[in-house]
Amino acid sequence: MKRGTLCIWLLLVIQVSYAQDCLKTLSGSVIDFHDGLPLEGATISYNNITIQTDAEGKYSIPNLCEIAYAFTIAHENCNSQVVTINVQEITHKDFYLEHHLSELGEVKIASIQEQLRSSYEGALDKNDIERYSAASLGDALKEITGVSSINTGSTIVKPVVQGLYGSRITIVNNGVRMQDMEWGEEHAPNIDINTAGSVTLVEGASALQYGGDAIGGVILMKPTKVPLKDTLFGKLHTSFSTLGRGNATTAELSKGYKSGSFFKVQGMIKKFGDVEAPDYVLSNTGIEGKGASISFGKNKFEYGWDVFYSYFENEIGILSAAHLGNTNNLIEAINSREPRIIRDFTYAIDNPRQDVNHHLGRVNYFKRFEKLGKLNIQYDFQKNSRKEFDIRRGEELSKKPSVDLELTTHTLSTDFKFDSKPNYTVNVGFMGRYQENFASGENGVRRLIPDYEKIDAAGFLIATVDIADGLTYDGGVRYDFNYIDALKFYRKSTWEDRGYNIDFAEFEVRDAEGSQLLTNPVYEFHNFSTTHRVQYEFNNYRLAANYALAKRAPNPAELFSDGLHHSAARIENGDLRIGQETSHKMQLSLQKNGTFWRWKVAPYVNFVQDYILIEPTSVRLSIRGSFPVWDYRAADSRFIGLDMNTSFHWSDQWRTDHSFSIVKGKEIDTDTPLINIPPPSLRNKVSYTKEKLNLSLESEYNFRQNEYPDNIMVFSSAEQKEVPLDINTPPDAYHLLHFSSDYSLDTGTKSTLKIGVDIHNILNTTYRNYLNRLRFFADDLGRNITVRLSINY
Amino acid sequence: MMNTRKFLILAAISLGLVTSCSDDDDTPGEVLEEELITDITVTLTAEGADAVLLTVNDPDGADGPDAPVITTSGSFKANTVYTGSFEILNKSEEEPENVTEEIEELAAEHQFFFVAKDVAITTAYTDTECDYTTEACDAATAKPVGLAFSLTTAEAGTGTLRVALRHEPNKDAEGVAAGDITNAGGGEDIDVTFNVTVE
Repeated sequence: MKRGTLCIWLLLVIQVSYAQDCLKTLSGSVIDFHDGLPLEGATISYNNITIQTDAEGKYSIPNLCEIAYAFTIAHENCNSQVVTINVQEITHKDFYLEHHLSELGEVKIASIQEQLRSSYEGALDKNDIERYSAASLGDALKEITGVSSINTGSTIVKPVVQGLYGSRITIVNNGVRMQDMEWGEEHAPNIDINTAGSVTLVEGASALQYGGDAIGGVILMKPTKVPLKDTLFGKLHTSFSTLGRGNATTAELSKGYKSGSFFKVQGMIKKFGDVEAPDYVLSNTGIEGKGASISFGKNKFEYGWDVFYSYFENEIGILSAAHLGNTNNLIEAINSREPRIIRDFTYAIDNPRQDVNHHLGRVNYFKRFEKLGKLNIQYDFQKNSRKEFDIRRGEELSKKPSVDLELTTHTLSTDFKFDSKPNYTVNVGFMGRYQENFASGENGVRRLIPDYEKIDAAGFLIATVDIADGLTYDGGVRYDFNYIDALKFYRKSTWEDRGYNIDFAEFEVRDAEGSQLLTNPVYEFHNFSTTHRVQYEFNNYRLAANYALAKRAPNPAELFSDGLHHSAARIENGDLRIGQETSHKMQLSLQKNGTFWRWKVAPYVNFVQDYILIEPTSVRLSIRGSFPVWDYRAADSRFIGLDMNTSFHWSDQWRTDHSFSIVKGKEIDTDTPLINIPPPSLRNKVSYTKEKLNLSLESEYNFRQNEYPDNIMVFSSAEQKEVPLDINTPPDAYHLLHFSSDYSLDTGTKSTLKIGVDIHNILNTTYRNYLNRLRFFADDLGRNITVRLSINY
Repeated sequence: MMNTRKFLILAAISLGLVTSCSDDDDTPGEVLEEELITDITVTLTAEGADAVLLTVNDPDGADGPDAPVITTSGSFKANTVYTGSFEILNKSEEEPENVTEEIEELAAEHQFFFVAKDVAITTAYTDTECDYTTEACDAATAKPVGLAFSLTTAEAGTGTLRVALRHEPNKDAEGVAAGDITNAGGGEDIDVTFNVTVE
């Protein structure tokens, strides 16, 4: 308000003094604060007159009167500045503008040029996020070619990037690396996708900033930034779906000030009941989720700080029919082709179920140094808690979780980005992290994952260099140190059976009740990773070659799991002998951007030494019958794959998109296929856009995975003989059709209303997905109609 | 540089939190599995015949590497009616836990099944849920549990007898109340197969 008054006052002054002698000249330059370079084409306007700077960034304004003027200095991609100068006293003035506003918080879609520079593999924008508002991050990411997912039902969705998942994928939420027990196959990322403004899959050296162990890739979720102006805006998004007969609603409110201060709140709530396959209800597959986030801070030219906090919780039902007693149940389930338990639709979530929540907080500060770069310091805190409830003997026991873990993480990180030179930038940073896992022993189930403390320290250096016109290089190195100190009770029989009493006698602490042994495994890992990428742009083509060496230390599940995983009715055995994985990945990509035809072809090979996998190996007999044993082991493996996508822009209204991806994963020594490798998939989409109407029809064809490990033989007590357990045989190929539409309405000068209707699996096709862990028990989802409504104000 | 100072104070507080949170490194206690069954004895008695004991011993539980030791104490006598009963224990704790009692308390959620193969043995339930509750119970419609049962042998032969305990079976499904496991569903608490001989 103050500034507005000032402007009016100035105008009055100017009007009054117009009759004076006006012979003064103001001159100077407009300079990029950031790197000290002159800015060409910057505009200086006053009093309805606009002057531009020349190639050297110089300007000269003649015929000024001896009064004070309010000049507005602006430049493309910069935040404009208003400066009041009394020309009577000052005749030479240099203006400094910040030319890197994407970092400062202007809402601006990166220009094509910028996008070409970066090592983006793929990105989701606000519209994609909106469409998946009721679903999960894993669902949305499948829009990116080469990304698939490994599911447990329809609500637990883990992203799979070029055949790799779990600890091999790093998810960075608002600058914070997620620590949410990503080691579990049935653990989905604890993230509300609605907190993100954009989601990007990053490969290349920039990924090294977040970790050296992201063999699969880094997924960056960034919030929408609040612009540097006095503004108040928000959005409300709600959707209703026929499957699950539920609703998801998210609301957001942002307040920005010209001074750089900002404030933002966001919330999400969703509730869905049992989802349905074409022929039956999938009992106990409901989900209830809540999330909220708040952020505030200040963004200035030279410095800024922000505080961010988010909370997320999910209660997820697991298909009742998936609860198993022993191998007999599994054999029956595989053979029967129909779920064992089909009940009427309900919103109630019963055992087996998961109760997860995640707290994430961060404090960030940055400072820019003129002609040098930007310093960033961040502290973040995370607390992830996971409770898994099974069907246990009696009601009282069923109230106690079978898995009860709490993971607390503190991270302090800092980096300095030298970006003042026009042809290269260098980013150097350090990170220290302390993590504590607490496994409750109150629930009468031996801990699947033990208590442990973990310390990580890392340093990295990343450089981006413009070598010649169109030719750029980016590369980096990173060193990670991991220290893990666990306290675990082993069954003595297990300890001896695995030969740990000979190889790891130094870990033994003392005997414990119940023929158990307390052990103290301590590990140290040193990991070195590096990435090099060369990119050449010519005409409308871009050719890039990437080599990445990544090392990943084994996660707690791979080392320490030991015991019956009740929800999966399988015995999972980690191995204390497992060491680091080393990946050598080479990727080429060639892409063309044209007005009519665009395409991209990206083949890759990834050799992973000591690739850690879990697979069924044998069967163990007990009083409860027999259980399949899944063992972790390491094997040199290779992944060879190809991602392709193309689009044709037939007219302003019509376009078609086509994508295909395939990956083959094999063990090198034995040439046997790896487990859980996504089958090839082909997607074709026709879209029609006219003004505010968007329509699209998409065909999704998933091939059958013809390469899979052998099945195992198990003893069936029902048949009293050894029978093959069809545990690895993939289901058939399937084809799905999806429809999506939306229409925008202007409801006023500032607000817009958008209505959308989506239909997933239009033909209500019955299918099973190889990468759904519940595929043995039930068909996948039938037709789902979603109506979406969003209001931006 | 007011803001820098503010930030540094915040950072200091945060670091304080880190250090104050990390001093609870006391050793966790061992967990004794609550649903563990380590020992089962099925006692079969008949007048004029030696008792037959079917025993299983599996001290390291379902996920331990040691296989259960399954023994049959002797042979059944042909054309004889035996009375069967159970003793089910969890001996992993200092004070062995009597799981039989627990099953009695949760009788409505449990049912035993007996499946003989290649040998002339038939079984029948001799109990109902009413035997294990103090509440009003209609014995005529009550479902069997199987903690008490009878075993009848016919001609001599050798085969196997499978003893299974299902948790939350569908007792209303076809044939289940009569002892047919086919449609029982539910989860397995016990599933053991004994070698048996009828002489």
